[in-house]
Amino acid sequence: MADMKIGAYICKGCGIEERLDVKQLVTTAKRDGKAAVSKDHEFLCNADGVKMIQNDIDNDGVNRVVIVGCSRRAKTEAFNFEGVTLSRANIREGVIWVRPDNEESQETTQEMADDYVRMACAEAKAMKLPESSGEQPLTRRIMVVGGGITGLTAAIEAANTGYEVDLIEKSGALGGAVAGFYKRVPGKNGLQGPVDNDIAKLIAAVEGSSQIKVHLNSSIATTDGAPGRFSVTLEDGAAFTVGAIVQATGFKSYDMSLLTEFSPEAPDVIDQLTFEQRVKAANGAIKKADGSDAQNVVFVQCAGQRSEKPGHLSYCSGHCCNTSVKQAHYVKAAGGDATVIFTDLRTPGATGEDFYRSGQEAGVTFSKGCVSSVSAKGEVNYKDLILNEEITVNADIVVLATGMVPNSGPNPYLVLDRAQAKEDGKTELVATLDAEIAIQPASILNLQYRQGSDLPILRDGFNDSHFICFPYETRRTGIYAAGPIRRPMDIVQAVEDATGATLKAIQACENAALGRAAHPRSGDLSFPTFRKEGCTQCKRCTVECPFGAINEDDKGYPQYNEARCRRCGTCMGACPVRVISFENYSVETVGQQIKNVSIPEEFEEKPRILMLACENDAYPALDMAGMTHQEYSSFVRIIPVRCLGSVNTIWITDALNSGFDGIILAGCQKGDNYQCHFVKGSEMAHYRMSKIDDTLKQLNLEKERVATLEVAITDIQRLPAEINKMADTIKEIGMSPFKF
Amino acid sequence: MSDMNQNMLAKYRSSFLKEVEANVEEGHMVKMCMQCGVCSGSCPMQNHWDHPPQELFMMIRANKREEVLTSSSMWMCTSCYNCIARCPRGLPITHIMHGLATYAKRLGKVPEGQPTAKFAQKMWDNLKQKGRTNELKLGLALYFMNGFGEGVKKALSMQDVGLGMVKTGRLNPMELLGGHGIKDVAGLQKMLAKAEAIENQHIAEYKG
Repeated sequence: MADMKIGAYICKGCGIEERLDVKQLVTTAKRDGKAAVSKDHEFLCNADGVKMIQNDIDNDGVNRVVIVGCSRRAKTEAFNFEGVTLSRANIREGVIWVRPDNEESQETTQEMADDYVRMACAEAKAMKLPESSGEQPLTRRIMVVGGGITGLTAAIEAANTGYEVDLIEKSGALGGAVAGFYKRVPGKNGLQGPVDNDIAKLIAAVEGSSQIKVHLNSSIATTDGAPGRFSVTLEDGAAFTVGAIVQATGFKSYDMSLLTEFSPEAPDVIDQLTFEQRVKAANGAIKKADGSDAQNVVFVQCAGQRSEKPGHLSYCSGHCCNTSVKQAHYVKAAGGDATVIFTDLRTPGATGEDFYRSGQEAGVTFSKGCVSSVSAKGEVNYKDLILNEEITVNADIVVLATGMVPNSGPNPYLVLDRAQAKEDGKTELVATLDAEIAIQPASILNLQYRQGSDLPILRDGFNDSHFICFPYETRRTGIYAAGPIRRPMDIVQAVEDATGATLKAIQACENAALGRAAHPRSGDLSFPTFRKEGCTQCKRCTVECPFGAINEDDKGYPQYNEARCRRCGTCMGACPVRVISFENYSVETVGQQIKNVSIPEEFEEKPRILMLACENDAYPALDMAGMTHQEYSSFVRIIPVRCLGSVNTIWITDALNSGFDGIILAGCQKGDNYQCHFVKGSEMAHYRMSKIDDTLKQLNLEKERVATLEVAITDIQRLPAEINKMADTIKEIGMSPFKF
Repeated sequence: MSDMNQNMLAKYRSSFLKEVEANVEEGHMVKMCMQCGVCSGSCPMQNHWDHPPQELFMMIRANKREEVLTSSSMWMCTSCYNCIARCPRGLPITHIMHGLATYAKRLGKVPEGQPTAKFAQKMWDNLKQKGRTNELKLGLALYFMNGFGEGVKKALSMQDVGLGMVKTGRLNPMELLGGHGIKDVAGLQKMLAKAEAIENQHIAEYKG
């Protein structure tokens, strides 16, 4: 870009003119902000205002636009200019709407607005215009791992959009678990009872498609690269390039031999999958293991699941109640008696409740009870919870509704943790990790990533798929989890998952070709680069990236893979020597904003509070606080950040050194139920801030001056309260001694 | 009892639910109960019964024939219809309760001294005599249901109401001497006797 020329445009609409001295803001932009052009306008977001700005860009060489008016989250379509950077000073939601309209507040409210103008101009000065890297071409081909109903659906959906597909299946046949089903729970109209299993049609469609290449008896030797350019090699030597990956490796049944109280060794105590296969083999007849007819079948729900006992599954697998209803239908249709013993009958899905009714209509006995034991002869002992008594029923076959265990790959971090523990000389930890590594399943993707071979796991062995906000999004960009590897589910949900994940995979391919971020900062062209001369090869960035986006070269320098990057800036926050930056977001863009807040002299008794607010939740919550006119202290200056993970501690130190009296960091919920868009960003920020106490001690400052919060987008009353609380705290402990 | 009846009884013994489905009004809906207990929570008589409705339904499914048929629960129903209005599965619980009571009565399983059953019998006997209910006689029968002394006390306490009704022509004391009836009382009684005979024949296979 040629010479920098800042144009600041101050809007007078929405009541700004009535509340603030706009002339002074124009002067501030010119004098303090060094804006070459500084204008006000009655109504900046209307066609005339936008035309004025566009005219300056076209004819006057303005290339750094500063909009002073509403929040950066408002009017984004109006203020959308090509070829220039954009900074926004939020004096509507952030100033006039949160301050009382009276004489005595006038001075501090104006100071607030002036500061935001200075900050936006300072940011504009430090920003550059991002450009697409062109790192990868458009690859209209995806890889689907797993040939079960999820994988087959994913493949056919992708093929239907014109994409090519490589479908990898470990076994010698397509169809997965569903291929072994006699019938299935209906997707529509539950009252009709079980319906024919039509997986054969799906298999035929996949096999008949010219766009889908099926690799049977195959597993993956290596996967390398990034979205748009994943290069995959199979064990048999075949190699190809795909733009994105859908992992749909399915589930296995919980190992029922662990349920010793249910006589798992008895030939007629079996799990649901085995019963299903037995009925299919006998074409609907209900047979005992010795081939004789079975009259009475008892289904034991929640066998080894929804239980806190060691070795049991703590979760509900979601499909088992419907599956037992379906299998009880088989028994009734064959003329036998079926009893389902449950504690809570859960039949999720649009058809679930009606399907339950269909079972009752068919005469299946549903008994609310808790099974304590099953004898090898088939005596089921249970406590009836309605009649409150111990009951024994004799069954020819006992079917245990055991849960789903995901077929996910190994936890990729174990090997890394072990290496670190070894380096640190922690022999005990090494031994624990070795034991854990020994029981991990074989790798599925064999990713050649700095952060391990497979998709990270959240809990209970399920792959992390950001289940709260963004299903299918794993912690590896361009690789999507679908089906029971991300949570337990039934056929209908698995098919829906496959469709969603495939769409995501296609988006990833298309965005990668344009050099844009796919999620959650979709369309973002900026990507992190580092200044090699300054890098100390400390590896913090490569270790802390939540998405495994950064590899290391032979010398230990970070190797960025722009298409794997989500643009959260966690690496930027991690870097102790501050060499990592984005074109339009860097240590400098935020640091300059902090430096350009005017700090009043101590005797003026106007403290300054810096608030770094996550742009995904905390900042919108603050906007909404403004829209609902919640009042908060005029001493706060709020800077939105991409993620709390991008907060570099230098900002905190600099702010304290330059006389800020308090600092609030507002990020998202962390932990297993995280709400962080970038999974680990908030967690990293909290971890780093837990170490800030030393800095405060060195500066001889009270630790109450820095607060790190976990907030949600709904905290529109809490956030103003937290700001006011910090203002009160400062009143109590006094002003910072660092004002010059 | 015929062999066939014996077989049938054996079959129903092992599955009381089927017996209920065959003989109780709306009995086929018992199996649709999902044990949520909303009916029990809605019943105004919930402090007075032996078994809440949903438990009664579970007992039917669990073959507890004697306990169900001798239960006081269905006799406690006041037909307020709260349970029907609230049942998420749309079970006609009130109707099933009355159906169970009727069936228990036919089988002679009514609990000893059950007041609802006693009064129902009095009403039926009263109706059968003339083909219409004789309100004066029925009222007095209700007063004296629990013994002579109590009856006299009750009758005296209601004296003023009774006299007032006589004065306004709402009550004819002459009804005490027989009372008016329908045209063909003998024909009705014959009809009822025939119906009872058929009923008894039908129910014989379930009595035991």
